[in-house]
Amino acid sequence: MPEVRFHSVFDIIGPVMVGPSSSHTAGAARIGKVVHDIFGTTPEKITVYLYESFAKTYRGHGTDVAIVGGLLGMAPDDPQLPDALKIAYERGISVGFVPKSDKVDHPNTACIVLKKGDRRLEVTGVSIGGGNIQITEINGFKISLSMGTPTYITIHDDVPGMIAQVTQIFSQANINIGTMTVTRTAKGEKAIMIIEVDGYNDALLAQLKQLPHMINVTYFE
Amino acid sequence: MFYTIKDLVAQSAAYPSIAAMMVALEEENTNRSAAEIRRLMGKNLDAMVHSVHQGIAGVKSVTGLTGMEAKKMDGYLAAGDFLSGRPILEAVRNAIAVNEVNAKMGLICATPTAGSAGVLAGVLLAVRDRLGLSRDDQVDFLFTAGAFGLVIANNAGIAGAEGGCQEEVGSASAMASAALVCAKGGTAQQAANAVAMTLQNMLGLICDPVAGLVEVPCVKRNALGASQAMISADMALAGLKSVIPVDETVEAMRKVGLQMPSAFKETAEGGLATTPTALKLKQQIFGDRA
Repeated sequence: MPEVRFHSVFDIIGPVMVGPSSSHTAGAARIGKVVHDIFGTTPEKITVYLYESFAKTYRGHGTDVAIVGGLLGMAPDDPQLPDALKIAYERGISVGFVPKSDKVDHPNTACIVLKKGDRRLEVTGVSIGGGNIQITEINGFKISLSMGTPTYITIHDDVPGMIAQVTQIFSQANINIGTMTVTRTAKGEKAIMIIEVDGYNDALLAQLKQLPHMINVTYFE
Repeated sequence: MFYTIKDLVAQSAAYPSIAAMMVALEEENTNRSAAEIRRLMGKNLDAMVHSVHQGIAGVKSVTGLTGMEAKKMDGYLAAGDFLSGRPILEAVRNAIAVNEVNAKMGLICATPTAGSAGVLAGVLLAVRDRLGLSRDDQVDFLFTAGAFGLVIANNAGIAGAEGGCQEEVGSASAMASAALVCAKGGTAQQAANAVAMTLQNMLGLICDPVAGLVEVPCVKRNALGASQAMISADMALAGLKSVIPVDETVEAMRKVGLQMPSAFKETAEGGLATTPTALKLKQQIFGDRA
């Protein structure tokens, strides 16, 4: 049978969202929000590359507005979402959209590049329907982050010992790590860990955030 | 977990209802309590009810392309002189209402998508008072629909961009027909038959949004989804069976989706989207940027 992409009844009934399209508006906002959470700060420059259906119908569906809303930290049901482009402009954020004609694996694909000073984050996300999304690439690394698998994403300074400290926290909490990906923009710069786990507790997130050299930790389920 | 509708029907025998099974499964997968899961679904229900009322009161879309027609249907119903039965027409009116709210970037609940959000909310509100559904019954209605929707989503899809409108309004209508059967006291097997008959009538339906907007023909496709859901439910309750089994039907829909040219999958490059009138409207709305 095909891969199981939808896990929860709320993937089918929900989300409550600002219209008009669950894939092109709510899904787009969710992709933006995940990227915002991973980046952990407001970017100076946003560039969004859009593919296939996203490239062809993004204006009509408010995909552009929704992605930027997400990147500003808005959820799909945020009543301010329709005004996201204006809000970004007022905050002096440079925003660009580039529709691409390249063939990609999924029709609703967006590649988002955020910049602030020397920091750069590049994330590819796909909107698979009903507002559900998958993150397929972070900084050139193929990953498979589907909402539905408990996942921690950390951004931290690229210094020795970070992986050991993080995994020790999981070990002490008796939480099993399923998969783990470590990537960085450049040696000694910022690094990212993507950790899929079999459990969650509130205390753990706080513990991770308190580690020295930790910049941001996000939990997705 | 159930991965086919056959499994869903078989496994549901161990529970008081399909809805109860769905809640139990959600508990297992999320560590949330049943009460919390039901509360969350209740919030979705509230958003659905609100969007129906808002649409019937009369709204206009951001572009002005759609709107005010749920209100018009409401007036037609009030006048009392019509061809189809009242429950179906109420479902149609409600479905149009939700999608008009959606087109004006209002708040809706995606079921399974925003473009098809009118179907489930539309039929639920059309039968709620007739069947005397309590709030708990209405929440159950959504869990039942969600259970069937999960199987369809995982074995075919629910995105117009992936598989055309058959996977959006088609899936919505199929889920709704199953929930209607259960709400009326039908069996799980009858609900499965309703899903099969609905999807068979939706196979091949393309996604061809005019100007790339979720307005034309989407708003009225929701009227189709709602009315077909009611008709399939009645056929299933009458004891009609699907010759082609439901899981084979879902698989057929997946294949049709794959074989469908990209022009018919939410790219606005075919169907109604490339009619002379649609191209003129696109130019009017987006100007040279389009």
